[in-house]
Amino acid sequence: MKDVVISTDKLTKQFGEFVAVDAISFEVYQGEIFGFLGANGAGKTTAMRMLCGLSKPSSGTAMVAGFDVSRHPEQVKKHIGYMSQKFSLYEDLSIQENIRFFGGIYGLKDKEIRQKSKDLIEQLGLGQELGKMVGSLPLGWKQKLAFSVAVIHEPKIVFLDEPTGGVDPITRRQFWDLIYAASDRGITVFVSTHYMDEAEYCNRISMMVDGTIKALDAPAQLKRTYGARSMDEVFFELARNASRKAD
Amino acid sequence: MKDVVLNKLRKTYNKGGLLAVDDVSLEVEQGSIFGLIGPDGAGKSSIFRMLTTLLLPDGGSASVHGFDMVRDYKKIRNSVGYMPGRFSLYQDLSVEENLKFFATVFGTTITANYDLIREIYVQIEPFKKRRAGQLSGGMKQKLALCCALIHRPSVLFLDEPTTGVDAVSRKEFWEMLKRLKTQGITIMVSTPYMDEAGLCERIALMQAGKVMSINTPDQIIQQYPSPLYAIKASRMSKLLQELRTMREIAHCYAFGEYLHLVFTNDNQVTQQHLLVLLRQKGHEDLELLPVTPTIEDCFIELMTAGTEPSGLTLKPLP
Repeated sequence: MKDVVISTDKLTKQFGEFVAVDAISFEVYQGEIFGFLGANGAGKTTAMRMLCGLSKPSSGTAMVAGFDVSRHPEQVKKHIGYMSQKFSLYEDLSIQENIRFFGGIYGLKDKEIRQKSKDLIEQLGLGQELGKMVGSLPLGWKQKLAFSVAVIHEPKIVFLDEPTGGVDPITRRQFWDLIYAASDRGITVFVSTHYMDEAEYCNRISMMVDGTIKALDAPAQLKRTYGARSMDEVFFELARNASRKAD
Repeated sequence: MKDVVLNKLRKTYNKGGLLAVDDVSLEVEQGSIFGLIGPDGAGKSSIFRMLTTLLLPDGGSASVHGFDMVRDYKKIRNSVGYMPGRFSLYQDLSVEENLKFFATVFGTTITANYDLIREIYVQIEPFKKRRAGQLSGGMKQKLALCCALIHRPSVLFLDEPTTGVDAVSRKEFWEMLKRLKTQGITIMVSTPYMDEAGLCERIALMQAGKVMSINTPDQIIQQYPSPLYAIKASRMSKLLQELRTMREIAHCYAFGEYLHLVFTNDNQVTQQHLLVLLRQKGHEDLELLPVTPTIEDCFIELMTAGTEPSGLTLKPLP
């Protein structure tokens, strides 16, 4: 039996009359790479914000890393990592300073931070660049560094919101190497993306349409279910009948 | 007729410290769709800003619709439409006010060129009283396109119009572009999505300020230097790691549900040999088949040309 690290029960978020997330229920297992897909405006970001303890559900529940997002959002935040597409490190701090800062924020001891910095710099091959301001790094490096910082405290789950937007095809693949490595260490990866080939790299995928989860399965199974040759076709099949054309 | 011509166009920032556009030369045929394809930092936006006369080049020259970008900059401004990468309309004006503003600035009216934008505008017309800042991403994009078209430009510059947009909306956007093309408008568009390259007549693959290749998408694919294969097995992550260390394999990387690979020495024997080797290593459900490269494969090949195959891998965790 796999350990469940995220489980939601009729999780809902309403803004006035508008139901952004409409009673979604699903589970994510430990060490899994879980793809969170959907059309713009389908409710992905709102759902993700609730799961990260940043937004209070209107109704329903969600347990993340063993904590209830409504009652213990601060505990949730401590046990997860988060990386957004919009670059989330401090541009005017050096690589080393960013690592120290985020290590400290996530409650690592100085000794742990030193060890972690060493490992991380070794892995990313950043030895020569340590003192460089993060703002001067190419986007691909920034994104790899941001990911490594987001998992510096070995969280149970890391949430990635479109982490590879605008990144070149080689760096995009190197980024997925990092994701696989984290998943091998038992970290659950919860990732949203607009690249359909990346959907294939996930163990399971959910597709959100109009605030609900329209499909959830392994990529190969989804293709069988919808008689599609590619994830692109699956996505098109599910999303084109969306009533929220707004975004 | 060539509607856009770049001749060794060059742009540096930080007093020459950063070379953003590195002697780029290209030509865009009138009434065609030309794509600048590349990741962030490729120099796409700098090229657009120079062609729209918002930035001066440090070297080279360019002309748009027959006008020199430096000498005739005012004429260029009247004959081009520009949709920047970042939403740049007036957030506190309504949809209708924004459109009216841009029409007036260019000395025309909404009604004069309504036929050109009608198809796009009807989709946002129900919200015409709403402030632009309150629109969703998709609607902002449509409004920005309408504002860029309202003076019936000869050349339309679109800087990453589909970034961050889902696959369905992206497809719709490209349908709109195709219809605009039939009106005789020349379109120069940039995108980081390699799968959109096939929708352009000609493309330039760009990386770090340089053009790596310019041609029709088909020609670029035909120029791919070696036979390309797709492979899969039950355990993909293990398969990828092992293939990367094998002498027989020149390149291997993830590509959707398959891995793509190029042999060091390609022949029938090598292919059979590889399958035998992998079975010995315990791989099951192996499938190896030749595939036609995509633009993304070509891009990766051009980026790695002349570098070690290991350029694609990261060091393992200590």
